[in-house]
Amino acid sequence: MITLKVNGVDRTFNGDPNMPLLWYLRDTLGLTGTKFGCGMALCGACTVHKNGTAIRSCITPLSAAANSEIRTIEDIGANGLHPVQQAWMEINVPQCGYCQSGQIMQAISLLTTKPHPTDEEIEEGMAGNICRCGTYQRIRAAIKLAAEKNT
Amino acid sequence: MSRIENVSRRSFLKGIASTGAFILAVRYVAPGMDLPQTANGETDADRAPFHPNVFLGIETNGTIHIVAHRSEMGTVIRTTLPLVVADELDADWKQVLIDQAIGDHRYGDQNTDGSHSIRSFFDIMRECGASARWMLVQAAAQQWSVPATECTTEPHTVVHSKSGRKLSYGELAAAASKLNVPQKDQLQFKKPADWRYIAKGMTSYDLEKLCTGKAMYGIDAHVDGMVYATIAHPPVFGGTVKNCDDQETLKVPGVHQTVLIDPFKPPAAFQPLGGVAVIADSTWAAIQGRRKLKITWNNGPNESFDSAEYKKELQTTARNPTKLVRHVGDANVALATAPASNVFEAEYYVPLLAHAPMEPMMALAEFRDGKVFAWAPTQNPQAAQAIVSSELGIPKENVICNVTLLGGGFGRKSKPDYVAEAAVLAKKVGKPVKVVWTREDDIKFDYYNAVAGMYFKAALDGKGKPTAWLQRSVFPPITSIFDVNAVYGDPPHLAQGWTDMPYDLTNISIENGPAKAHVRIGWLRSVANIYHGFGVQSFTDELAHRAQRDPLEYLLDLIGPPRTIDFTGVAYPNYGADYKTYPWETGRLRHVTELVAEKSGWANKKSTKGHGFGIAAHRSFLTYVATVVEVVVDDQGEIRIPRVDTALDAGLVVNPEVTRAQFEGAAVFGASIVRSGEITAKGGVIQQSNFNDYPVARINEAPRQTNVYIVDSSAPPAGVGEPGVPPFVAAFCNAIFAATGKRVRDLPLSSNPAFG
Repeated sequence: MITLKVNGVDRTFNGDPNMPLLWYLRDTLGLTGTKFGCGMALCGACTVHKNGTAIRSCITPLSAAANSEIRTIEDIGANGLHPVQQAWMEINVPQCGYCQSGQIMQAISLLTTKPHPTDEEIEEGMAGNICRCGTYQRIRAAIKLAAEKNT
Repeated sequence: MSRIENVSRRSFLKGIASTGAFILAVRYVAPGMDLPQTANGETDADRAPFHPNVFLGIETNGTIHIVAHRSEMGTVIRTTLPLVVADELDADWKQVLIDQAIGDHRYGDQNTDGSHSIRSFFDIMRECGASARWMLVQAAAQQWSVPATECTTEPHTVVHSKSGRKLSYGELAAAASKLNVPQKDQLQFKKPADWRYIAKGMTSYDLEKLCTGKAMYGIDAHVDGMVYATIAHPPVFGGTVKNCDDQETLKVPGVHQTVLIDPFKPPAAFQPLGGVAVIADSTWAAIQGRRKLKITWNNGPNESFDSAEYKKELQTTARNPTKLVRHVGDANVALATAPASNVFEAEYYVPLLAHAPMEPMMALAEFRDGKVFAWAPTQNPQAAQAIVSSELGIPKENVICNVTLLGGGFGRKSKPDYVAEAAVLAKKVGKPVKVVWTREDDIKFDYYNAVAGMYFKAALDGKGKPTAWLQRSVFPPITSIFDVNAVYGDPPHLAQGWTDMPYDLTNISIENGPAKAHVRIGWLRSVANIYHGFGVQSFTDELAHRAQRDPLEYLLDLIGPPRTIDFTGVAYPNYGADYKTYPWETGRLRHVTELVAEKSGWANKKSTKGHGFGIAAHRSFLTYVATVVEVVVDDQGEIRIPRVDTALDAGLVVNPEVTRAQFEGAAVFGASIVRSGEITAKGGVIQQSNFNDYPVARINEAPRQTNVYIVDSSAPPAGVGEPGVPPFVAAFCNAIFAATGKRVRDLPLSSNPAFG
């Protein structure tokens, strides 16, 4: 049996420990804000936080999530929009929006370690997250705006 | 044509709008079309809960419902068309709720593709809003016993300024619902100066949901009791299952059963590809179960398809005279008599391309009481109805296709093969089935943008200007998915930057050769313009450099003075638009070229080694675009794109901010095509599978800054979703030449020996 905390709620899981966290979140818990994009940690659409750090839930087996605290997009801004979400809205980042949960989770994680990232640090921090609509320019601007909001 | 009806008292609206609500329907009426409906105009579509077949409803509390009948995949069309209604209605946008339409032929065209939503529906949306406003004004005037001409509106309110009286739209809804719809000539449209939303724009209605994980896509669709399916498709197009051993699959916990899906009957069109489906109680179990299937396949004739050999075949065909599609003078004769030293030729190649939207193909379907209820991220819900209808042998009206948000589309989701799969499985399994395509399925079983070989030859005068221009393209046509014998380009796709090569030259020959398709060919964002624009604008740049002339000045010289291109006697469908309303005006191409040169500071930006600027101009989807790309190439050959400038003339632009975003995105889309976009095949099997071997541009590979300049125009609105891609692709390659001296003739860079 695996125990973990998801968005502050204690959970237990008795199924296949090799099942990726992504499908547990989506199919079992109905937390569909986290998206499937590649299944190989190539695109970042499935990004969630494990103990405060961005991970790819599509390649994280539940066994590796045991005893951890998982946070998903549903919990970000559950009590008022997060500054990163506010910046995302002010800059009008999303087009189709499908990758944006992952982008936002990644950006929050980046800003935790680098509160005022340079362009190069933004590229390094966000290069794992694909946006096929091509909103990168606005993602960059929104991260900078969020960094300003934090000060 | 469309007609507007007052349907306020129709019974199907019960439960949707409250009693007394005022509701106008816009119905598309094709000439001679017999509308199957009951006496009061209802169909099953109308009766489907929460999906009123109407465009506009006003509740007595003032809430306004507007139906969006086009699919939302990031272009914000689901917001922009209702915004047009709201403006003419003089509604307060904050009180507008948007309902997404199901598939229903009475909306007219719902295939959200070809960058024509605004062009095709701008007028009817305005008419709808203006009709409702007229009726609300009449209702107020009757109540006050004053002439309607004395009444005006301010947002959500009718005003009689003489007496200072006001009535809100909600207060007037019940009375307006009893009035007749005005004739078109009675309508008073707002003057452009009075527009509050049109040409000013609005952010996406869904913006907050998109930023909080609450937006619902196809992958998020859910009904109780549903099961999940993955499908093992035949690895070669047209293949069939010879034998399937599912013993190990059935041992996987959570797997319920496997189901054989019949192969398609050629032509493939939107039919399921066939194969073996694994039905399970979770996505993961379905994926695991599929891995354990042991299938032997009959690959069929496409087993011989080898993309490297195929490239050579296309190029050979392109080197030889073939079908003439348009000519001015005769370039072949002029070339034959020109001295060899004045003749220049070049070949270009663009491979098969995959769409790779971030959300792979997904669809949920339930078969109940002889009807299919589907939820799908589709650009084309009526095509979904049609294919499900023919696969299951039920009337189209019995296919209720709900349209979710789309996690990207780019043309792929206009082809509803995956919706048909879900419906077929739902009927066979007897439960609601959600079909999940993995990324591997998406890359390997796409409707690929056509591979194209192109050949150009020009004879040049003393200033390096062509006295003769010959261009030949060879590509497997999209029509091959509907007609297995189709090998030549069809007029609509030849018209995408080929037939309409716009230069003002004495001798032009435009040709197209045959190519047989061995995979499904389909339209991808900007479609044939991708390769045609790349070829024409690269060859132009080559000629400019050969003549040692400034590429901008040379390009303008070839475009020539402003004129309207005469296509008399030529098949030129013009994106389905009336040529008188949307003529091909070279002056507008010239203008955007000059504008982008000015805005980018072209005159002061001289290319040096490792730092280059490229320019290109192209009209597609009735929009004129010119783009300047700046590249920096380091010692290791790594190419960066610090800046892009792009100028566009799309006529009237309804939502400028969204339009800018579309052109920013188009530059990123183009960067993917140039850098690494390539699908290859061996033994008929597609060799790519995921973002590792079909990479798309990441943040560090995309342009860092794309500046978009929109020409202020009152010309009829044209497209904005696709036209940004073609000129970017060529300008990027031209910039690479300017920085490196190496010409990009074969895309992509990643498999080009000079760059890879």
